[in-house]
Amino acid sequence: MDCNQVFQFKFNRLIVVFALFSAFLLGSPRVNAQVDTLHSAEKSHGETAEKKKFEIGKFALHHIADSHSWHVIGEKFIGLPVVLYAEGKVVTFNSDDFKGDDDAKVVVEKDGQRFVKMHEKIYFASEAANEHGQYVALNEAHHAENKRPLDFSLTKNTCTLLLSVVLLLVVFISVANGYKKRAGKSPKGLQSWLEPVILFVRDDIAKPNLGHKYERFMPYLLTVFFFIWFNNMLGLVPFLPGGANLTGNIAVTMVLALTTFLITIFNGNKHYWKHIFWMPGVPVPMKIFLMPLELIGIFTKPIALMIRLFANITAGHILVLSLICLIFVFDSLWVSAASVPFAIFIGGIELMVAFIQAFIFTILSALFIGMAVEDHH
Amino acid sequence: MELLIPEVGLVVFQSIAFLLLLFLLAKFAWKPVLGAIKERENSIDEALNKAELAKQEMARLTSQNQDLMQQARAERDEILKEAKTLKDSILNEAKKQAQVEGAKLIEKAKIEIENQKKAALAEVKGQVSSLSLEIAERVLRTQLDDKTKQEALVANLLKDVELN
Repeated sequence: MDCNQVFQFKFNRLIVVFALFSAFLLGSPRVNAQVDTLHSAEKSHGETAEKKKFEIGKFALHHIADSHSWHVIGEKFIGLPVVLYAEGKVVTFNSDDFKGDDDAKVVVEKDGQRFVKMHEKIYFASEAANEHGQYVALNEAHHAENKRPLDFSLTKNTCTLLLSVVLLLVVFISVANGYKKRAGKSPKGLQSWLEPVILFVRDDIAKPNLGHKYERFMPYLLTVFFFIWFNNMLGLVPFLPGGANLTGNIAVTMVLALTTFLITIFNGNKHYWKHIFWMPGVPVPMKIFLMPLELIGIFTKPIALMIRLFANITAGHILVLSLICLIFVFDSLWVSAASVPFAIFIGGIELMVAFIQAFIFTILSALFIGMAVEDHH
Repeated sequence: MELLIPEVGLVVFQSIAFLLLLFLLAKFAWKPVLGAIKERENSIDEALNKAELAKQEMARLTSQNQDLMQQARAERDEILKEAKTLKDSILNEAKKQAQVEGAKLIEKAKIEIENQKKAALAEVKGQVSSLSLEIAERVLRTQLDDKTKQEALVANLLKDVELN
């Protein structure tokens, strides 16, 4: 009862804050349109922006996208290795070779091949520069039309991925050692921090959705849960070990959703397939009508998983970045009085979202697998 | 829109890294962790069950003790009762015997008294007869001192004889 009241109170407060916030957001485009003589405050590396207006969308998208360098502080960047598979050859160099260029203006020649980088993507360079000094051919939408080599670079996201894998291994193997050392005793330290979460995954995610078959899928569910949660949290850290938007990257969420999809279809029993291709208990025309729908359903479920995680995390990052950028949009330090507390508040929400999205991805995975392995009812 | 197009490199890296992570964690982390948690839960369940059993055993023992106590008490009562009846019966027996004995004694005493009485009477009779003989002798002696009196006596005796 008490708890409920507190929750209600917090919920009401949330609504008020969101209302204020949306009013704020609605107001901003108008202001944005009026102020057209703003100087660009943010210079993305190498960009000597002559643009009159600060482009909030471009800035935010640049920050949530993958990158070939890792921002340390101020104008300092760590160049990450570029690994390309181009014309049957593996080409490697450091992204510093682009000298901070991200507009296809600096050509790197390696092993007889020429590359340029534009918007953090590497293209084969054109023979000659266009009127802006860019070694790419642009279409009407200002997108490069050059061919691209296969890019296996250790980008910011890849590095974060490897880092998080190492982190997860270190954390959970040390937890497992705790269990071995204190067999049958109460947990301690890191172990007692993570045991409730492990039990949460087992008792509230796996067991209700998978029934007595839960044990087989526990390793996957636990791995995917902690992978998403840890990376969501790492993504919220604004400086070096974090700062990458890994779980907000469609490639990452695609692989995770694909894994759930593969587990689902490889564990589906005959009742599952029968429900898809020949729905029992409905007339024959209905069976025929339902078949394509169910078949599409197999694919929409993992696609929804993929988009949900990607969109939630990306949206959170864009929100925080946009709030901070309001300072540059208005070109006034006073705006920070409002935008920084808002950004902190949204950051707090993002901490919850980090957990909730990991939970949702895992519980939906468990649900889909559970539907596939469910005994005949 | 660029955000929605997965990069091949990251897809490959993510697939490899995630599957590797899944494999390593499953083998070196989840297996021991889940095993240990399950084992501990089982041991807790077992301990609770054991405690429950011990409780039941305790209750059983207590009730058994109570039963034993009750039984012992009942037995004691029984013994006391028995002792009492025994005592009563012994007393009664003793009383009866005493009465019988007393009666016998009285009987004996009576017989003795009778005997004594008889003996005493016999003795008295003897004494009386000897005394009377003596008296008679004395009387006769005195009477027979003179002749007339002897004759009178003879006449008297003769009279008696005739009467008989």
